[in-house]
Amino acid sequence: MGVTVSGPAIAPAIEAAGLSKVYPGGTTAAEDISFQVGAGEVFGLLGPNGAGKTTTLRILITVLRPSGGHARVLGLDVVEQPTQVRQLIGYVPQERAIDRFLTGREHLELLAALYHLPKAHAAARIDEVLSLVGLAHKADEVARNYSGGMKRKLDIACGLIPSPKVLFMDEPTLGLDVESRLKIWDHIRELKARGITILLTTNYLDEADQLCDRIAIIDAGRVKAMGSPSELKAGLGGDVVSLTLSPADLAKVEGLSQAIKGQAGVRAVSTKQNVLDIRVASPESSLPAILSAVTAQGCRLEFVEYHRPRLDDVFLAYTGRKIKDE
Amino acid sequence: MQDYAQEVGALTMRWVKRLSREKFSMLFTLFQPMVFWLIFFGNLFQRATDTQVVQAPSYIAFLAAGVVVMTILNNGLAGGVDLLFDKENGFLERLMSTPISRTSVIISRFIFVMTITSLQVLVILGVAYLFGVHPVTGIGGVVVIIGIGLLFGIGLTAISMALAFSVKSHGDFFSMLGFLSLPMIFLSTALVPLTAMPWWMSWLARLNPMTWAIDAVRPLILTGWTAALPSIAIVVVVMVVFDAVCLYGAAKAFQKTLG
Ligand SMILES: Nc1ncnc2c1ncn2[C@@H]1O[C@H](COP(=O)(O)OP(=O)(O)OP(=O)(O)O)[C@@H](O)[C@H]1O
Ligand SMILES: [Mg+2]
Repeated sequence: MGVTVSGPAIAPAIEAAGLSKVYPGGTTAAEDISFQVGAGEVFGLLGPNGAGKTTTLRILITVLRPSGGHARVLGLDVVEQPTQVRQLIGYVPQERAIDRFLTGREHLELLAALYHLPKAHAAARIDEVLSLVGLAHKADEVARNYSGGMKRKLDIACGLIPSPKVLFMDEPTLGLDVESRLKIWDHIRELKARGITILLTTNYLDEADQLCDRIAIIDAGRVKAMGSPSELKAGLGGDVVSLTLSPADLAKVEGLSQAIKGQAGVRAVSTKQNVLDIRVASPESSLPAILSAVTAQGCRLEFVEYHRPRLDDVFLAYTGRKIKDE
Repeated sequence: MQDYAQEVGALTMRWVKRLSREKFSMLFTLFQPMVFWLIFFGNLFQRATDTQVVQAPSYIAFLAAGVVVMTILNNGLAGGVDLLFDKENGFLERLMSTPISRTSVIISRFIFVMTITSLQVLVILGVAYLFGVHPVTGIGGVVVIIGIGLLFGIGLTAISMALAFSVKSHGDFFSMLGFLSLPMIFLSTALVPLTAMPWWMSWLARLNPMTWAIDAVRPLILTGWTAALPSIAIVVVVMVVFDAVCLYGAAKAFQKTLG
């Protein structure tokens, strides 16, 4: 990652402006979602289940009409010029959209025909994507016999068939084991190196952190924060001191939190059961005051640690909860 | 145009491949339960029916036209099932994210269902032939029967696809199908002629497009061209109206789900 840019310099590859979607049942799945993705960027929509990530993606790939706002992909309006948009993008859906009676190669042949590739060109392209995702040895087996990871690879291969300029991936590593996840991350980095713009959704913090140039944190259909992972972390300011009190002191947590909030250099305090996460400008100068507050309140400490802000701290700061909380 | 042919060709081949992968299903598709209707029902009721009433040399000869049209009915009404599964597992969305014409998937389904239906009609007529039912209008009559089948089948498949697009779950889809198909069969001239029905049933049967299809197919098998031509003229008109209504409904349902 290295360099952080706070926004695309040239014409954006993807532009969402005030997108909203109310489903027929009355659920508001997206509200005033705006962001821009620069050419060649990997952009992540990070959010918990039901945040509206898939909804946003489905609008951008032209299969869902927005209730409000507009969006452009490579300068083309997704509502006015859907066919042109479809020609330039690839899509990897969230569910494994696989026909279990067809072989991997037959899937790709079907997709190639739907993108109107000439037959000779299609065969070469199919071999190319099969080896890119590492599925060449299973290409002629019916998808019914594929493992979850292989199905996912086939999904990605399908998305790559049209040689897209912009690739949309909905939770590319959902439900995969660690090894397969790392492999797919490598594929994504390789695609980025080839200059493909990628919009992906995820509810894995590490995926957003490791893979994305920039992310938008989405919760309850709204963008809560946006920037590169390092910008977002730096934006919180300072570090996080985490105190774990003895479980016997559970009743004193609230009082201690109030006492610490008043100290100089303390930015925010959040509590969960017997753990306090305290955001401070500098741990060196705040730690003595925090520890004396602990003593003054008569609490016993079990554990103290401090760390640079992580993406989960960012998520907590902007949404008021942890991403995996129910 | 060339693009369109490529899309529809590839999508149609997908249906063919799916069917060929399911060996059992392929077997049962060709020798479907309808064959048993013809053989068992036809022979079982041979003595119980009055040839004066059915106006045919045997009950199986009378029943042949009904079984042909029942085959068309069943195939047509089931024609949307695969699209329903595609909708539920996200495959349809994948197809719709590609730059294909919005109609290609539907057209591919029509082509596939109509082809399978025509083959099945030939199987039914073949089995009937073995039981001594020889269509008096010959090959020409068989061609017209298949033509009527296509006209009726288009509307039925459209209904089925419209249902597939609009239902919430596939349980709903199958219960709606079950609900539709039995009354369609009993309130038609598939099993007995209008004259043998209670007055209210015969009245309802007259509103059923299936009755008109059967009444055009039956003389092609039993009596000959002169008797058949007026019924064929009527069935063409009935089916054009029926298809128009069904296609309109399907287009609405399709637009609602897929924009
Ligand atoms: N077709 C639909 N009809 C009605 N409501 C829907 C539909 N699809 C999604 N929703 C609702 O919209 C909201 C957002 O759903 P969406 O699928 O966009 O979330 P998501 O961020 O992709 O979640 P996940 O991480 O679980 O995939 C949810 O409340 C969901 O119940
Ligand atoms: Mg989703």
